[in-house]
Amino acid sequence: MHFFSTLFAGLFFGTGLILSGMANPTKVQNFLDIFGTWDPSLAFVMGGAVLVTAPGFWFVQKRSTPFFHDMFHLPTRNDLDARLVTGAAIFGIGWGLGGLCPGPAVTSLPFATSGVLVFVPAMLVGMSLAKLTALPSRKTISA
Amino acid sequence: METEFTPIASLLGGGLIGLSAVILMASHGRVAGISGIVSRILPPAIDTKGLPQGLTFIAGLLLAAPLFFGIVGQTPDITISNNMALLGLAGILVGFGSVLGNGCTSGHGVCGISRMSARSMIATVTFMTTGVVTVFILRHVVGG
Repeated sequence: MHFFSTLFAGLFFGTGLILSGMANPTKVQNFLDIFGTWDPSLAFVMGGAVLVTAPGFWFVQKRSTPFFHDMFHLPTRNDLDARLVTGAAIFGIGWGLGGLCPGPAVTSLPFATSGVLVFVPAMLVGMSLAKLTALPSRKTISA
Repeated sequence: METEFTPIASLLGGGLIGLSAVILMASHGRVAGISGIVSRILPPAIDTKGLPQGLTFIAGLLLAAPLFFGIVGQTPDITISNNMALLGLAGILVGFGSVLGNGCTSGHGVCGISRMSARSMIATVTFMTTGVVTVFILRHVVGG
């Protein structure tokens, strides 16, 4: 059950990405291209997700613990720091350039388009680099 | 290139993404942030305790495309740039930025906003803004 839950969570997530159009980089870029060939569809993806997640999270957290784990791991920080904004800004530039973010990139790997096969290894390198630079302050990350 | 406006498919797909986030929260108490799930199993400092959960979630993500193909009988519309240098750069920026900023479209954009997290709202507005500016420059200034 334990592993089925994460496997199915991944499967639903990936299916949702494909069905919604998030796995199509041109559609993502069109969502961001508000002064050009704007396609507002992806606002509906985020809307649909939040409509399920917001009440779902509220309901789930009425339990004292999750089903297969001893505690909820919720981000608790509410301060704003330069790392958050800088990271988000850099992420957005990459998202705009390629039309891909981590979920859709991993999900479209089996379609094996050459673009994704270049993007994903580069993304993994970028992630490791960021972890490397952030190592001294790991305590604040896990907090 | 124009893409078709698909409010219903996008809303349904979004609902599935939300369902996935709720399952992960209910089962393991974790936020469904893909950049977090992927980066935690990368060096340095691999999270060995969370490795089985991370790997099964990623296995689920990877099964979605073959399953979609098996049921629908065709691949979905996917058009991507053929500028490999650009995609390599995009990949590095997406990976680096999402880990530095503790989240991406899913962790901040879906889960964070659902929890009314101020940090996630700021992050989402920030990456939407730089994304819009980047696409504007890419398509209307450089490529114009």
